[in-house]
Amino acid sequence: MSDTQIIDTVLARNRHDGTRLVQILREIQEQLSWLSPATLTHIADRIGWPRAQVSGTAAFYSFFHTRQRGKYCVLWSDNITDRMLGNADLMDAMCKKLWLEPGRVSEDGLVSVNTTSCTGLCDQGPAVLVNYRAIPRMTQARLGEMVGLIREQKPVSEWPAEWFAVEDNIRRKDILLGHELKNGQALNAALERGPQAMLAEVKAGRLRGRGGAGFSTGLKWEACRKAAGHGPNPAHYVVCNADEGEPGTFKDRVLLTSYADLVFEGMSIAGSVVGAKKGLLYLRGEYRYLLEPLESVLAARRSAGLLGTNILGKGFDFDIEIHLGAGAYVCGEESALIESLEGKPGRPRIRPPFPVTRGYLEQPTTVNNVETLAASCLIAAQGGAWYAAHGTEKSAGSKLLSVSGDCERPGIYEYAYGVTVRQVLEDCGATDCQAVQVSGPSGICVSADEFNRRIAFEDLATAGAFMVFDETRDMFEVARNFAQFFAHESCGFCTPCRVGTTLVRNLMDKIARGHGSPYDINELFKLHRLMQGASHCGLGNSACNPVFDTLNKFRPAYERRLKSLDYEPAFDLDAALSQARQMTGRDDAGAHLSNEAEA
Amino acid sequence: MNAPMNAAPVTAKKLKVATTSLAGCFGCHMSFLDIDERILKLLELVEFDRSPITDIKHCGPCDLGLIEGGLCNAENVHVLREFRKNCKILVAVGACAINGGLPAQRNHLDLRDILEEVYQTEYLLGRAGIPNDPELPLPLNKVHPIHEVVKVDYFLPGCPPPADAFWKLLTDLLAGRTPTLGHGLMHYD
Repeated sequence: MSDTQIIDTVLARNRHDGTRLVQILREIQEQLSWLSPATLTHIADRIGWPRAQVSGTAAFYSFFHTRQRGKYCVLWSDNITDRMLGNADLMDAMCKKLWLEPGRVSEDGLVSVNTTSCTGLCDQGPAVLVNYRAIPRMTQARLGEMVGLIREQKPVSEWPAEWFAVEDNIRRKDILLGHELKNGQALNAALERGPQAMLAEVKAGRLRGRGGAGFSTGLKWEACRKAAGHGPNPAHYVVCNADEGEPGTFKDRVLLTSYADLVFEGMSIAGSVVGAKKGLLYLRGEYRYLLEPLESVLAARRSAGLLGTNILGKGFDFDIEIHLGAGAYVCGEESALIESLEGKPGRPRIRPPFPVTRGYLEQPTTVNNVETLAASCLIAAQGGAWYAAHGTEKSAGSKLLSVSGDCERPGIYEYAYGVTVRQVLEDCGATDCQAVQVSGPSGICVSADEFNRRIAFEDLATAGAFMVFDETRDMFEVARNFAQFFAHESCGFCTPCRVGTTLVRNLMDKIARGHGSPYDINELFKLHRLMQGASHCGLGNSACNPVFDTLNKFRPAYERRLKSLDYEPAFDLDAALSQARQMTGRDDAGAHLSNEAEA
Repeated sequence: MNAPMNAAPVTAKKLKVATTSLAGCFGCHMSFLDIDERILKLLELVEFDRSPITDIKHCGPCDLGLIEGGLCNAENVHVLREFRKNCKILVAVGACAINGGLPAQRNHLDLRDILEEVYQTEYLLGRAGIPNDPELPLPLNKVHPIHEVVKVDYFLPGCPPPADAFWKLLTDLLAGRTPTLGHGLMHYD
């Protein structure tokens, strides 16, 4: 098939629908390896969008290549947990073996090696994506073999299957992971009750969003249900947010691997309550390998009469479609996610209007976390009162924690809300622990004297990440990793975040190079205040959290790097004259600069 | 020592101001002079130390230093340090001081390549070799904004900043207010 034919087939399959642009671009890139200018022009013509809008979307997502990429594109997950497991040395070794500089395609166009944001395999790192296929547990030995396979140009699909095996690592089950529901049981119970009564149960169960913010699910569903559709084709939508991008979080990966039915059933229940006929699962691009298994779960549900028309004979019509993301953390924000679903760059919208009144395609949309939807099945089956009896007064039910870092047993731990940090550390086998980053970089850094704090909305609210750092870890480097993450993931829409995240990263790099002074620490505090108040969305608001927390709780980790109490230049001044010295052959006093300001 | 409590009221001390242009084009200074007749009012309030206006060569203790231009050579660094040492308040004035500006366009080239191209390869200039007289300050590998080398207290953006922005900054500082430019005076072009 010619390139044009491939493109046209993909376009036809997507009904030449511009709102499906992210899917179109991904499907075409999977076959043609990159998105050439001609490809983008062709797509723009066929979907009837301006060329600039198509290339705008293509350029926004880091997994889309608008320049020719190597035949093999190797991306090392660069979360702090991967670094703690030695990803830097491995990547370095790989580059040496392949005679490569990171980020550059090799001269023969064979391979490129680079880093990417956390790929959600923190419990089995160091992880890589090779041509966007996830490979956990990299070792020197496997690295050697991999380099061999790349040199032989063996297709990734023919690489050893065991390399791609991703483990669930479920270590502790509670009401959700230990559920004994049969497929359809919860949905049947929900449909028996009817939407109003089901909504009342969700409210009685005091279910709150598991993505971190903890908004009442009942209120969200109710607002969406009450909102009227707009225009000639009014509709309601359910969106399941599986863009699990927060570094250190991987619970949704496990739910979608082994509890996909529960998640889809939760989406169906949400659909029945809000009056939607269509649900969309937004799956992060890093979890591309889950697409086919999830599609077959959907197919099985359709043939079992749990999706489609007249579900369970109750006159309820509902179906689910899967959309893949393409490597943009900001798409985890619900309005950015909707933009992405509509084929646009994932930039957060101005709210209000909130998605519950104007969301996907301007229609009322409820966006819920994977875990929230799964938990709604328990409420449907067992009732709100039963559910609310678990957890604490303000945080009903249970929470999945993605435990990674310095502990013997990383993996998924489910607890009723209210569990102490200390308890989790004991259970996962963490010793000599100095800090835990709860809820990822945008969350909170908890130091040892706070380990009696509880996982619950009223104390430590969390989206699920639980990264453990023992006494040997340098908390400054942890914060610096997070600063690099935010500088990379800022969508660039608003100035405080676009510029601020980069300034924070540069200041952290300056301190790391040993050029820091108290002035730089003041600057970090100033930037924290500014970005928290002036950014457009939560990414910018919380981007300084890890720096702020570690500055308050681990200040010596910064101070011992400071060069002096006076201001220090950001770079080595004398070295900055090196090229001119070399070219002029001068070495007199005037050809040197002292690094301290002369008295 | 033991000054009487009811001493005659001190006349307001004139603020000492120094200005300089490092790797800049003096455009910011020209814009400063665009405050026009207000300069007469200004002279009642301030006294100029080192500045292109006075031709004083070295800066003494000052209240305020205005720095135009970024750092492209060793001499720029020395001058900047002299200002920082002597000025209580240091202001980065204009795009070049704040971001490196136009001179920083050379930053994506290697300095060695630039020197070679200009003094060795280029047809007309290429005969005399790369100048190496100790009198000449060596260029830095890259052009830097001034805040990467000294602490800067305030930033006056613009290319150049409008005369009214200079006026606002100076009147705010004279009155002891934290300078704020606000809408209309704060721009980057």
